[in-house]
Amino acid sequence: MPDTTSALGAPTERREGPAKVTGAARYAAEHLPGGLAHAWPVPATIARGEVASVDDTAALAVPGVVGVLTHLNAPRLGEADDATLAVLQDARVPHRGWYVALVVADTLEAAREGAAAVTVTYAEEPHDVTLDAASPAAYVPEDPDGNPDEHTRGNPDEAFAAAPVRVDVTYEVPPLHNHPMEPHAATARWEEGRLTVHDSSQGATAVRQTLASLFKLPEEQITVVSEHVGGGFGSKGTPRPHVVLASMAARETGRPVKLALPRRHLAAVVGHRSPTVQRLRLGAEADGTLTTLIHEVTSHTSRVKEFVETGAAVSRVMYPSPHARTGNRVLPLDVPSPSWMRAPGEAPGMYALESAMDELAVALGLDPVELRLRNDTRTEPDTGKPFSSRHLAECLREGARRFGWAERDPRPRSRAEGPVLIGSGVAAATYPVLVSPSRASAHAYPDGGYVIRVNATDIGTGARTVLAQVAADALGVPVDRVRTEVGSTDLPAAPLAGGSSGTASWGWAVHEACTRLARRLAGQLGQQLPPEGVGASADTEGTPDTNYAESEYARHAFGAHFAEVGVDAVSGEVRVRRLLGVFAAGHILNARTARSQFIGAMTMGLGMALTEHSTMDKAFGDFAESDLASYHVPVNADVPAMEAHWIDEDDPHLNPMGSKGIGEIGIVGTAAAIGNAVHHATGVRLRELPITPDKLVTAL
Amino acid sequence: MGADVFHSEVPLTVNGEARRPTVDHRSTLLDVLREQLGLTGAKKGCDHGQCGACTVLVDGRRVNSCLLLAVSLEGREVITVEGLAPAGGDLHPLQRAFVDRDAFQCGYCTPGQICSAVGAIAEARAGRASHVTDPAADVGAPVELTRDEIRERLSGNICRCGAYPHIVEAVEDVTR
Ligand code: FES
Ligand code: FES
Repeated sequence: MPDTTSALGAPTERREGPAKVTGAARYAAEHLPGGLAHAWPVPATIARGEVASVDDTAALAVPGVVGVLTHLNAPRLGEADDATLAVLQDARVPHRGWYVALVVADTLEAAREGAAAVTVTYAEEPHDVTLDAASPAAYVPEDPDGNPDEHTRGNPDEAFAAAPVRVDVTYEVPPLHNHPMEPHAATARWEEGRLTVHDSSQGATAVRQTLASLFKLPEEQITVVSEHVGGGFGSKGTPRPHVVLASMAARETGRPVKLALPRRHLAAVVGHRSPTVQRLRLGAEADGTLTTLIHEVTSHTSRVKEFVETGAAVSRVMYPSPHARTGNRVLPLDVPSPSWMRAPGEAPGMYALESAMDELAVALGLDPVELRLRNDTRTEPDTGKPFSSRHLAECLREGARRFGWAERDPRPRSRAEGPVLIGSGVAAATYPVLVSPSRASAHAYPDGGYVIRVNATDIGTGARTVLAQVAADALGVPVDRVRTEVGSTDLPAAPLAGGSSGTASWGWAVHEACTRLARRLAGQLGQQLPPEGVGASADTEGTPDTNYAESEYARHAFGAHFAEVGVDAVSGEVRVRRLLGVFAAGHILNARTARSQFIGAMTMGLGMALTEHSTMDKAFGDFAESDLASYHVPVNADVPAMEAHWIDEDDPHLNPMGSKGIGEIGIVGTAAAIGNAVHHATGVRLRELPITPDKLVTAL
Repeated sequence: MGADVFHSEVPLTVNGEARRPTVDHRSTLLDVLREQLGLTGAKKGCDHGQCGACTVLVDGRRVNSCLLLAVSLEGREVITVEGLAPAGGDLHPLQRAFVDRDAFQCGYCTPGQICSAVGAIAEARAGRASHVTDPAADVGAPVELTRDEIRERLSGNICRCGAYPHIVEAVEDVTR
């Protein structure tokens, strides 16, 4: 299909598509430099304590093993902002699965055998891995502005006691794992003091900064390449231990080293979504107007670093109520470090809030779409700032129309086909609009081609393609004349693909560079370009427009999810029959890749609702479901008719493209919509995810 | 590395070419393809037969190459995603359909999905029933690949990016 000239918004085909379908696209573990050695890490088998001794004799005797690194012989690293990267630096074991040794060998088989042959003894200490929301050790952390992460308006407790209609419920979300299909991997090599690493990362710029600090090198002596990345969903958003270990092993052995983490290690070392216990208290007038909203969330973090799953933040954005308290608390435990997983905070927070809203609608005898419409607002409740745009009501109405919501009989258990109870549910979604400073360059060449350079990362979003569209639009040229180079620290520095902010951040700089280039070219009209081309660059650091915190507007994307489920009354099995989402996320820049992002995130939300479940084992202190046979992500047969639509917003307060991020909002309301549909189908309200047959069949 | 008590030379055909890799007896077909033959199209998602990312065709049938010991494959014919397209550079119709339908995002599951779909289409044509095939249907008669059949037969291939609806459309494009 030829590319069109109306670049932005067009369904332009993914540029790396042919490379991906033919197997030509190379990921981090798919580089085979000469002399390559393979590494295999050894995870700790206690939940808390210290390494007492390491015996590597048997490992070193394995043919092909070239070395064993432990805290006793590993080189000392420089400062790590993130303590999970201080690998093999001391004897401390903060959680089960923490790496205590690394075996390097000529072959993968030898490395693996060697790792199994390392004998580690421990001085074990009692551990605590149980998330107890009432624990006195739970504390209120700081919010991003450095204030206590508990916000209060009015007198929420009094207002709740006085409210004519009340809901007081506690929702729980279990630990969840990102599990991108490509396990975290890095191939590192040192050549004359220069380090080159292929890393599966969502942001190579930060990986380079971190490696520079850890290995005490100037950044210019390091190149980090993340050309193709097999998904991340937050788990590759910051540097992870594998890249440090691979770089360390390559330096110690003098050979290129490849480390691809075994799938079963990931749960312990690349982050997870912390479990949350969320108490919601909603008070309303008889007409549905919210008078008070109390959302209190407790999550866990590790002893190594504080990470907070900020579920209550969504209740500062969604619905106005004169009285409110929204607080996040966190409890440090001897667990692996939690981290970002797609819509961190928003996904579990909106699951609880939107489920509680459904309960309120039932208590009021009010249609749940109508309840949300009655509590719509033009200003952000927590800050009083006007929204730059908010089309939640439009999403709800458009979704209801497309879904056929009007035909729904509101009574639970009102529809059945044989033993299958059928119900439908709705939930709203929200995700903040974020942006970070970025650099980019644009060049024009005598052959009529243009090249855009920016260290963006394409983790599957189609960044190469959409940035070419942004450039083509700014330059006023057809998109097929623009080539994009991304995924290497040799390119202009750029922030990570995360927080649904990549396209806005990179695109802003690309747009700026192209606008400057267009101006330069206009000044040279009719002249032959020099062979090296004409270029312009941009850096959005310090531009006041990118500083949203200081802005007078609140910026968020919104959406509405609708789900229809069939529940087998005999087995308790829930099958999703239809999922439909309508999103208001600014201007959609590429209809084709945007649709894939929306339905992909909705699919992950379906998993959150029905199949994904991890258990922190109290005795052992590890996740019981650590592989893909036990941690159930949705498969093709789980995913039925899936529709994503959008309302194109014209919001002048965003960025030159007028876009909001779209990578995460699709997951946000999905689980609540499905849970609400299960209630409508069965009359049973489960308040703990996932909704599995064992729980449902006993309640039916 | 030569053949010894831990290694053997294994003559086999890979993407139409005769190869004789010397393999560690513990090596899976997946690791031999990726690490020794440089064919990194087959992906390692789990190494345990749980995700389908490593799917290739052996003697025309789809297999999880992480579960096959390479030493057992003497004389067999292996086709990986790199060998699907006819020589000369055109994409295989399924590869084309995957691009047309945007049936992937990160692309890491994609070679496995495509090889699996090639195998599944052949199985349906050969009359192999699936869990969702009508039990009353003629045994051995070709099975029509409805959406439900496609979803069922491709459920051994996980896509964490959630491209499933587009994968089903892509398979339909070549089967209808
Ligand atoms: S890598 Fe073979 S099935 Fe996952
Ligand atoms: S395209 Fe990323 S896992 Fe399928």
